[in-house]
Amino acid sequence: MSFINYSSREINCKIVYYGPGLCGKTTNLQYIYQKTNPDAKGKLISLATETERTLFFDFLPLSLGEIRGFKTRFHLYTVPGQVFYDASRKLILKGVDGVVFVADSQIERMEANHESLQNLRDNLAEQGYDLDAIPFVMQYNKRDLPNAATPEQLRAELNPRGVPEFEAVAVSGKGVFDTLKATAKLVLTHLKRGT
Amino acid sequence: MSFVLHEQAYRQIKAITDRLNRDANAKVVFLIDKNGLLIASSGDVQNMDTTSLGSLAAGNIAATTGLAQLLGEREFSNLFHEGERDNIHLTIVDSRVILVLIFDKRSSLGLVRLRVKRSSEELKRVFDEMEKDNQKEEGSIFDDISEDDIDNLFAD
Repeated sequence: MSFINYSSREINCKIVYYGPGLCGKTTNLQYIYQKTNPDAKGKLISLATETERTLFFDFLPLSLGEIRGFKTRFHLYTVPGQVFYDASRKLILKGVDGVVFVADSQIERMEANHESLQNLRDNLAEQGYDLDAIPFVMQYNKRDLPNAATPEQLRAELNPRGVPEFEAVAVSGKGVFDTLKATAKLVLTHLKRGT
Repeated sequence: MSFVLHEQAYRQIKAITDRLNRDANAKVVFLIDKNGLLIASSGDVQNMDTTSLGSLAAGNIAATTGLAQLLGEREFSNLFHEGERDNIHLTIVDSRVILVLIFDKRSSLGLVRLRVKRSSEELKRVFDEMEKDNQKEEGSIFDDISEDDIDNLFAD
């Protein structure tokens, strides 16, 4: 749920990065954090295990400029990808304004992508959201790996509805900001059309 | 749906958190929504990262509410974390927002709980009013923002 604060003249929105374990959700946030001007970002918080697997969430607050005198602030969250952290994933989806699904392009991860996508749909439905009705962007990550499926295969398997999609290599930053910008724009447009 | 905070409601909320900060001898009081977004703060917040605190406090409440529901409770409405110097007290107000209070040895848990209870009731009244106003309200900032404005924000 977005938060419009007339007192501080801010529009606040929540974007969640979802996807299977080790698909690169945290890497997306780390790259955004590294490449963003210090004035436009807060601390990157990672609640992770000792082996750097996300335990609860990563969180990065980001300012993306002003519209009509209102600052636009986006709170980016990742969920833990591992299957058994489902209770945590449900909590993080509460109040979400937009979702990025980070798919792992490796052909052997296709089943994990499917499972996570279905889990996203189910968890959103539990909160009363319909994945087909909220701002949603698909990112095909790890495009640099030799065992990556083709974009056509990924599209056919994961994106039959044809939501905006981006190829990415999150470790080097390719596609990371394109994904973020497209999602943020969809979120604001969705809010605008909802009025 | 958006949560909308107008100047007048903000002033009322700020007056409540200012008074709570004073009456409870707290270091800092802040009010956040359930996503951890800051609504108002009082006390010595200059050197405090309220954005990070807000997000973690909301995560803490969300996780504890998850625990409560596993036990068949609706929520655990009060949380208290005790440190060597500073302590943090979190309260869910009217299942809507989270009141966070940080205090040290100049105060006590008993005093904090007493003052928080009164402030929670006052805050609930403000939020009830806000809800009524929001239902009545027709205009929104997004009426003034065009899709071109949004395009311009993301133009390279």
